[in-house]
Amino acid sequence: MAIPPLSEQELIQQYGPHLNYEPPGGWLAEHEPDRLVKTHCCFCGVQCGIQLKVHNDKVVGFEPWEDFPVNQGKLCPKGVKRYLQNNHPDRLLHPLIRTDGGFREADWEAALSLVVENVQRIQDQYGKDAFAVLSGASVTNEKAYLMGKFARVALQTANIDYNGRLCMVSAGAANKMAFGLDRAANPWSDIPLTQLVLVTGSNVGECFPILTDYLWRARDNGAKFIAIDPRMTPVARTADLFLPVRPGRDSALMNGILHVLIEHDWIDHDFINAHTKGFESVQAAVAEYTPQRTAEISGVPAASIVRAAEMWAEAGKSMLLHARGIEHHTKGVENVLSCINLVLATGRIGKPGCGYGTITGQGNGQGGREHGQRCNQLPGGRDIENPQHRAEIARTWKIDESDLPHVGLTAVELMDAVDAGQIKGLLSLSFNPLVSLPDTKLTRSALEKLEFYAVIDPFMSETARYADVVLAGSLQEEDEGTVTNGEGRVVRIRQAVPPPGNARVDWEIIVDIAHRLGKELLFPYAEPEDLFRELCRASAGGPVDYAGLNYAKIEQRNGVFWPCPSREHPGTPRLFEDGAFAHPDGKAQFHPVTYRPPDEDVDAAYPIIMTSGRVVSQYLSGTQTRRIGPLVDQCPGPQIELHPRLAEQYDIQSGDMVCVESRRSSVTLPALVVRTIRPNTIFIPYHWPGEQAANRVTNRALDPISKIPEFKVCAVRLRKTEAGV
Amino acid sequence: MEFFIDPSRCIGCQACVHACAECESHRGVSMIHLDYVDRSSSPQTTPTVCMPCEDPTCARVCPADAIKQTAEGVVQSALQPRCIGCSNCVLACPFGVPRYLGEMDQMMKCDMCYDRTSADLKPMCATVCPSGALFFGTKEEIEHKRQEKPINRFTFGRQVVTTKVHLMVGDTALDEMEFDVASFCEGVRG
Repeated sequence: MAIPPLSEQELIQQYGPHLNYEPPGGWLAEHEPDRLVKTHCCFCGVQCGIQLKVHNDKVVGFEPWEDFPVNQGKLCPKGVKRYLQNNHPDRLLHPLIRTDGGFREADWEAALSLVVENVQRIQDQYGKDAFAVLSGASVTNEKAYLMGKFARVALQTANIDYNGRLCMVSAGAANKMAFGLDRAANPWSDIPLTQLVLVTGSNVGECFPILTDYLWRARDNGAKFIAIDPRMTPVARTADLFLPVRPGRDSALMNGILHVLIEHDWIDHDFINAHTKGFESVQAAVAEYTPQRTAEISGVPAASIVRAAEMWAEAGKSMLLHARGIEHHTKGVENVLSCINLVLATGRIGKPGCGYGTITGQGNGQGGREHGQRCNQLPGGRDIENPQHRAEIARTWKIDESDLPHVGLTAVELMDAVDAGQIKGLLSLSFNPLVSLPDTKLTRSALEKLEFYAVIDPFMSETARYADVVLAGSLQEEDEGTVTNGEGRVVRIRQAVPPPGNARVDWEIIVDIAHRLGKELLFPYAEPEDLFRELCRASAGGPVDYAGLNYAKIEQRNGVFWPCPSREHPGTPRLFEDGAFAHPDGKAQFHPVTYRPPDEDVDAAYPIIMTSGRVVSQYLSGTQTRRIGPLVDQCPGPQIELHPRLAEQYDIQSGDMVCVESRRSSVTLPALVVRTIRPNTIFIPYHWPGEQAANRVTNRALDPISKIPEFKVCAVRLRKTEAGV
Repeated sequence: MEFFIDPSRCIGCQACVHACAECESHRGVSMIHLDYVDRSSSPQTTPTVCMPCEDPTCARVCPADAIKQTAEGVVQSALQPRCIGCSNCVLACPFGVPRYLGEMDQMMKCDMCYDRTSADLKPMCATVCPSGALFFGTKEEIEHKRQEKPINRFTFGRQVVTTKVHLMVGDTALDEMEFDVASFCEGVRG
């Protein structure tokens, strides 16, 4: 049984999170760097360029990299302090094997033998699919590719998925349905060229801080800015028009705006006729979304809905950007499609300063979802159930097509299958489901049922405490590779320092396990670029084509946008130019959307909407950033944001301890009473574990197409607790 | 190259605060302040760097003559052997820049990243600022790029202060910014 071998307190004492504040040797040490390594920040999909200062094989600081075009030296607090994750006292230096009294340090031979023994035992006893793999979207393209191949070829399991399932898969699915391709349609350099930026469900200033500068550059050039969010975020504060939408009503609002545009004939008939299909069905679907009706559903005043449509029409060029705020829903795909309908109906795509895109959140949110670590996907964005795609990849991998597993379970379903006893063994990399999955209680129950659990990570995450074996892996700056940022630009990650102690780079660990499972010949890699070369070859001719890329080309050009099908090809910063979409007929597809309520709406017993999100100083489940002292000091823990009107009803003041209860569980946290949130909504950031976890109360219900969970809306009730401060 | 500050663009991320601490000579001590204006009603924040005044009030009121101005006009932290920790400068600065650090028994303040700017590097805070609230470049460049206007004259009651750092203002008819000290004090008392 995979229950933690020690108490939480004992585990924290040994493995942290502890806080690192200073470079190696302290602030007074001489840190004259031996070298500056040009690489990228690991903490979001922008992939800011940064130079890491290295002294005696330790990362001792950073220097801005002003020549890198995406961020031009700019960084957010996570980027500034990212170097403190290196040389960290919590860093795992050896493989660990669980014993009755805790974890013991082991050598690689013992640790990997144990993994292989258990893989074989479980698969012999319960079948191949009873052993599953969960990976992450913060890993390099090389590792993402390797994980997919490892699961299908070495483990021969169908069950591999990744934490991008919690991120933007609804946007990916909608983009494929509408455009035939899943990538932001424009480079961010198109933002300053536009006349209107519409940002919906994205707290840009905190989640992609560098894009704030792009917004302002557009506005310096005369562009207007519309922000749609239940909270007045730091960028929404400055918007020309702010639409404070009720959580879970995004598709109704977009339908309402399109309704006004159609009513006034502010649409692009030539574009619709030449480059799209299905407009009539959308026209019919939005007919009932009058400003009045839309206002009733969305909570946005009718006049603001009309004004948004007018501003959209007045601007000749527009950029529509969205993120998790509209994607984390049981109708995430529908929300995104409702945005795309607006873009297509007005022909606002495929031109300079004119386009659309999701802003992907994780470090490799884009590349991590392209090359086969998703349960339904093969490298090059191929479909695992498409016979031609299967044959192409089987050929590249030198296996029989019939040996290639079919579609497996998505991340949340996979954890449910663990809980149901169908999956008995698990290997995870760069994924902390105990913090990041909704409904923590269910996740914990599942982890406790695993017969065998192996984790590859540089730190002991909250989930890793449940492991039988923890394999000391690598940090981003300890390995070579590539990632693909939120605009589709493939950039180079450089090894600044080697992994410390007996820790190893992640891909070597995976390859080692594959070899021990008897697949030496199918995993013949000596360095990361071997993996990248195979990835590029495997992607050739697929929807996501990297065939013309190599490390030197990426470095020389400060990144290259895919598709890049040949060595001579310069890459493709802007997609769909001249209305050429990626469906076989070259046309974009409209999809009518009818608003439906969230899976769990408010009622008399649970009358308040809860939504969740991020703060600027933390990254995802906090495995790295909750160990960086200055970032933790900036925001030591989550608070419940609520409006004074709601606070008054419950006699709550800032600092009071408030219990938030949903049908699943409760969480008790200090209140932050602010006018910057809808009065019927509370907000809790999700980066923290255990008693502070927002995901104790969130809803595990999934979008039917993309299987993304509904993090952004559930029903709760409030209670001021006696422990009030 | 000059320093420009536009608090209206600030997103409160604190990249400047953290980056300041990383400057070689600061060794972990950040000398830039970032404050919420009123978190209960807005996420508006405002970063404070030393403006340096042409005629620095902090240096004028220092009884120990511990605050020096470089030839380039940068006003430095108090000289440690001289600083008596009286905090006159902290109280007198019209912009609220100097802070007295008890553990060092010294007034420390933003020095415009003197070690970087004197080596032709931009100050850390203005280099990393992701929103453009802090900008280091030429006046021509910012006037060309932005619609707001840079001003560097401020009046506080009867005191007129001219600074090296420019504040970006939306009202282009404005040549100087006037603070009504009396009504401000009333507001604080109220």
